[in-house]
Amino acid sequence: MTTLKTTPLNAAHRAMGAKMVDFGGWDMPVNYGSQIDEHHQVRNDAGMFDVCHMRVVDAKGDGVRAFLRYLLANNADKITLPGKALYSAMLNPEGGVIDDLIIYFMTEQWFRIVVNAGTADGDIAWMKQQAAAYAPNLTITSRDDLAMVAVQGPNARAKVWEVLPQTKAATEGLQNFQAADCNEYYIARTGYTGEDGFEVMLPKEKVEAFWYALNKVGVKPIGLGARDTLRLEAGMNLYGHDMNTEISPLEAGMAWTVDLKSERDFIGKAALLANPPTRKLVGLVLLERGVLRDHQKVLTAHGDGEVTSGSFSPTLQKSIALARVPNSVAFGDTVQVEIRDKKLAAQVVKYPFARNGKACL
Amino acid sequence: MSNPSNLKYTASHEWIKTEADGTITVGITQHAQELLGDMVFVEAPAVGRILKAQEESAVVESVKAAADVYAPVSGEVTAANSELDSAPEQINSDPYAAWIFKMKPNNAADVAALLDADAYQAVVDSEAH
Repeated sequence: MTTLKTTPLNAAHRAMGAKMVDFGGWDMPVNYGSQIDEHHQVRNDAGMFDVCHMRVVDAKGDGVRAFLRYLLANNADKITLPGKALYSAMLNPEGGVIDDLIIYFMTEQWFRIVVNAGTADGDIAWMKQQAAAYAPNLTITSRDDLAMVAVQGPNARAKVWEVLPQTKAATEGLQNFQAADCNEYYIARTGYTGEDGFEVMLPKEKVEAFWYALNKVGVKPIGLGARDTLRLEAGMNLYGHDMNTEISPLEAGMAWTVDLKSERDFIGKAALLANPPTRKLVGLVLLERGVLRDHQKVLTAHGDGEVTSGSFSPTLQKSIALARVPNSVAFGDTVQVEIRDKKLAAQVVKYPFARNGKACL
Repeated sequence: MSNPSNLKYTASHEWIKTEADGTITVGITQHAQELLGDMVFVEAPAVGRILKAQEESAVVESVKAAADVYAPVSGEVTAANSELDSAPEQINSDPYAAWIFKMKPNNAADVAALLDADAYQAVVDSEAH
């Protein structure tokens, strides 16, 4: 058995009664009791997530913007104000998704990139390889000295200000997808739940105190179980489930993040233009009793599809899923999903399923 | 929570209660519900279905995962707990009361041969390592 990697909050999770699981080689909390209660806690009040396993990468040097313009499917030119953030796919030359990530504009010589945990090492190797060929003067640094906590929910921002009052002035005016540099705290109005809130990057040695201070003002710890149902209700992709290196972002609900309009070239662009999408990502709501799960087959009048992320929605009290289906499938269609030995009816819907505390359907 | 000593158990985490009339009641253990987490769906076997020992007989689904419930012995299904249709979370809150189905065993000796509480606890302990 290999040793699992731990975040600086590992002891805190155990002290708070977390059930720990192996999550891609990381020893992480799946819940601290009931994941459904944790889900509602975030929709209704405020919860905190240990996201220290995700990786902060700083790209610095002259020409960093031009490099990102080439590296990413979304256009780094869209962000020009310090703190502005942009969600993007990073593609391989075949047009498959290496990772989905967020970049932050710091200065013309410095962009910050936040990538997924499981893909981080490969991402950094890929970035360095591309930089060596395209922008050899850039430095690409994994910020292993930083920790990250997501605080999410309608009351999340107010709770962060209770704990870090010195950051309020700089962060209360932040729009969605905008961040502020508050000395040791880099605070972004972003998240993975469909709720308001912050993602806070801070020095590793400060994160445990920050975690306990948030808990003291009523922010409850939330495990990976609820993180998954929250993001699924919010219609947010999970890397490795809804997309991977074999899947075009145009078939993963990410067309809005792919800039094909500008003249610029980027890695994967030629492949995307040569291979127009034949499938698309849609939402499913199960009309019968049961639970949709990843990889179940979806039978439609236009051919088969597959559930890419399926679970139970605590907000809707029904099973929901993201599924990749043929392009001709329309919203409102009823399809069949193979669940064990049965074929159960599901309706094709536009996602998100729930955001900002409310059902969207 | 300890495993009630008046029940029998399987290594696949079912508990079995022998009723006065010789039928058995089947549910999943405290350990099983803890592993699975919040229950959201239970599919019990149809009444009258003939089950073989270790056959997949019911499915319990938590938010996290689906798990099969196996027939502890061979026999015929005599009842299914329809309360779990609308309140599957009873399995989390009181696993030894939230029964899933009842069956009439072909052979009472098969039930007697199942694990007792101590033997089942040893199975749970060995899984933890």
